[in-house]
Amino acid sequence: MTDNGTHTDRKWWTPFNVIVGIILAAGAILTVMRFTQGIGAVTNLDNNNAWGLWIGFDLLCGVALAAGGYVTSAACYIFGLKRFHSAVRPAILTAFLGYALVVLALHYDVGRPWRLPYPIFVSQGTSSLLFEVGLCVFLYLTVLFIEFTPAAFEWLGLKKIRALVVKLTLILTIFGVVLSTLHQSSLGALFMIAPSKLHPLWYSGYLPVYFFISSMFAGMSMVIFESTLAHRYLSRHMDDTHHREAPGVALGFAKAAAFVMAGYLGIKLIGIAIDDHWRLLTTGWGMWYLVEVIGFVAFPALLFAMGVRERNLIFVRWAAAWTVLGIVLNRLNISVIAFNYHLPSHERYVPSLMEIGTSVFIVTLGIVIYRFITTRMPVLHEHPDYSAHSPEQKSI
Amino acid sequence: MNTLFFTLQDFMVHTKGITYLIMGGILVALPLFWWFLTDRDDENSF
Amino acid sequence: MGISRRKFIGGLGALALGPAMGIPGTARGASNKEFAGWPDSQSVLHDITKCIGCRKCESACHRVNHLPDPETSFEDLTVLDQKRRTDADIFTVVNRVDNILPVFVKTQCNHCLEPACASACFVKALEKTPEGAVVYNEKLCVGCRYCMVACPFNIPAYEYHKALAPRVTKCTMCHPRILEGKRPGCVEECPAGALISGTRDELLAYAWDRIRTYPERYVSHVYGEHEMGGTSWLYLSGLPFGQVGMREDLGTKSAPELTSGPLSAVPIVVGLWPVLLTGVYAISKRKEKIAEQEKQAAVADAVDQSKKQAQARMETLRKKWEQEKQSAINFEVKKALEDAAAKDPEPGQSKEDE
Ligand code: SF4
Ligand code: SF4
Ligand code: SF4
Repeated sequence: MTDNGTHTDRKWWTPFNVIVGIILAAGAILTVMRFTQGIGAVTNLDNNNAWGLWIGFDLLCGVALAAGGYVTSAACYIFGLKRFHSAVRPAILTAFLGYALVVLALHYDVGRPWRLPYPIFVSQGTSSLLFEVGLCVFLYLTVLFIEFTPAAFEWLGLKKIRALVVKLTLILTIFGVVLSTLHQSSLGALFMIAPSKLHPLWYSGYLPVYFFISSMFAGMSMVIFESTLAHRYLSRHMDDTHHREAPGVALGFAKAAAFVMAGYLGIKLIGIAIDDHWRLLTTGWGMWYLVEVIGFVAFPALLFAMGVRERNLIFVRWAAAWTVLGIVLNRLNISVIAFNYHLPSHERYVPSLMEIGTSVFIVTLGIVIYRFITTRMPVLHEHPDYSAHSPEQKSI
Repeated sequence: MNTLFFTLQDFMVHTKGITYLIMGGILVALPLFWWFLTDRDDENSF
Repeated sequence: MGISRRKFIGGLGALALGPAMGIPGTARGASNKEFAGWPDSQSVLHDITKCIGCRKCESACHRVNHLPDPETSFEDLTVLDQKRRTDADIFTVVNRVDNILPVFVKTQCNHCLEPACASACFVKALEKTPEGAVVYNEKLCVGCRYCMVACPFNIPAYEYHKALAPRVTKCTMCHPRILEGKRPGCVEECPAGALISGTRDELLAYAWDRIRTYPERYVSHVYGEHEMGGTSWLYLSGLPFGQVGMREDLGTKSAPELTSGPLSAVPIVVGLWPVLLTGVYAISKRKEKIAEQEKQAAVADAVDQSKKQAQARMETLRKKWEQEKQSAINFEVKKALEDAAAKDPEPGQSKEDE
């Protein structure tokens, strides 16, 4: 561990640090503004457009892209695909950070953030899908936290309590999948209450299914994408197992993602057919819909497939990044772009620079924390005392 | 259980409230039952 | 936008189980129940043909609700020409909706029978009261603004510029006044009789009566009778409702019905997912175990075999060696005997040999 990074006397004035410093400083200013002058002072939200970028990007995309946690741990521990083992920890960490940042972002977006525990502890509005989302996100954040603690315990050398948590792996994984299924789909179902506001091409009775299925390939692509970045910038913190397994993980997830995306395209088609929305496809909104579905689902699925056939990691990585973009586009379409499509253009919502700045700030915060943790705790490498081939690891 | 509901909204709040409690129960009960089910697998070795 | 029920159930089935199981209609939380709404709840009927655009209701609303005075006074009728909507401190607005005819429409919360806002609120801060009003409880509100997203009439507004305790605001149907037995402020003030209050049943009957009596004056539709499951604020109009700025594409399905599908799928996931996943786990574990056992058996077999082979070889070796030894001994003995027979041994020599 000791020779794995902390010893280098790194320079402080690297371009990375400078940019991060500027973003964090700007974020601090925006935070002060938001909490002293209200939401209206930093956002372009209004009475017709109550949800903007902070819900569309920070919440919806954040949760979808953090799906790598449940996908990877399910692949490894439930489906018994042991070769994904070295990918589990970074995925769990990203998921945990992702959800933590989602919750942080919600503090900016809701009017009275100190009341965020109300739905669970004070007054349960059980008829609301947002209640479902809130409850599951709260529980899942707890599950992810527990799932990640072994890394922290190894770092701190607390063997006994680590062994205890490791015993819970299977049950935590199953809880994780159940909770993820619920809130990923419920995020889509949030919009089912507003058929008169969301464009019919995006509104569907299948919205929850679309959100759940797309969260799977979102998670897988994010794992590939993230490991691409980690390999480039955090390579020295990885051990041989990680290096050796990474291409296999990428190809495995690429294969799975491509096939899930094919299925997703199928159910999207069924959704159009069942509502008889074919005619809408030739309108302007229809073109935009096709850009999303063909350009950002079908195309990367094909790219994934080619990458898998050719064993070409470059293809796979590009496809992953493209898919991540596609998920962002889809979530923004549903929550912002095709939402309130019927309003005249001057009543439509366009995020303010300060809103965008706050979102960038929160993402940056995530990257900084990720780096802090991966350069210290055994995430991208195994702790020498607890290698995967030691007897206790074998039990899971 | 014979509460009279005048709106679907009230009915939903009521029934979903109960369902959430049952869901919690299921999530606790299923792992325990699985444990009970498989606890002696090693002795019987199959 | 007719959202067919089949669509929900389709979605629900796929969500819960994939295509493997056809979900029966009973999956919907409330499929067999009919809810008629609170009996004798209060309603208001707005007769658009009678509205003269005087803004008296607006000023009355501000007065009874103690709202801050707007920038332009209520006497200023030019604001009628801009399209306005309800705002944080404006619970109701009157808009002129036709450029040629003097047609005015009052907008405020419609106090839905099955309010989308209440269905959406995750802390029950919005509630349909038995008296008919949909009221807001500021003590619970978190400020998520999902109610605003959900409201099909775009009514609730938010105090975006308050940092500490921003509220959702909307018309209360003057719930406090109704509890005192009074009429809503705007209804009481209307000089033209364009607003009347009463129980919903009375007003519906009255509205249809008007339509039948003056068929040339009204379109044959009472807006709010069925829209989004019905509302407590009802409208009569001479022009099609689409032309007076009211949406005709909302459908008759109420908000809780729209979400009952996904809400019913939730518990099913909790019931079945752990079973399926544990099953998958058990199968993969078992496969692993069998593979392990087979491997072990193969190894044991191989070890066994090689052991046996080794033993056999040892055996032959030993036999051969013994044979050889025997023959060597025999040979030696024979040779010795022969030697002995050939010459007499010298005593000194033999001693040295020993
Ligand atoms: S009109 Fe909107 S705010 Fe009023 S009760 Fe209906 S859903 Fe709620
Ligand atoms: S903003 Fe307040 S009233 Fe509206 S849904 Fe959220 S918590 Fe409920
Ligand atoms: S009912 Fe009361 S709160 Fe609603 S618009 Fe009339 S005066 Fe205002």
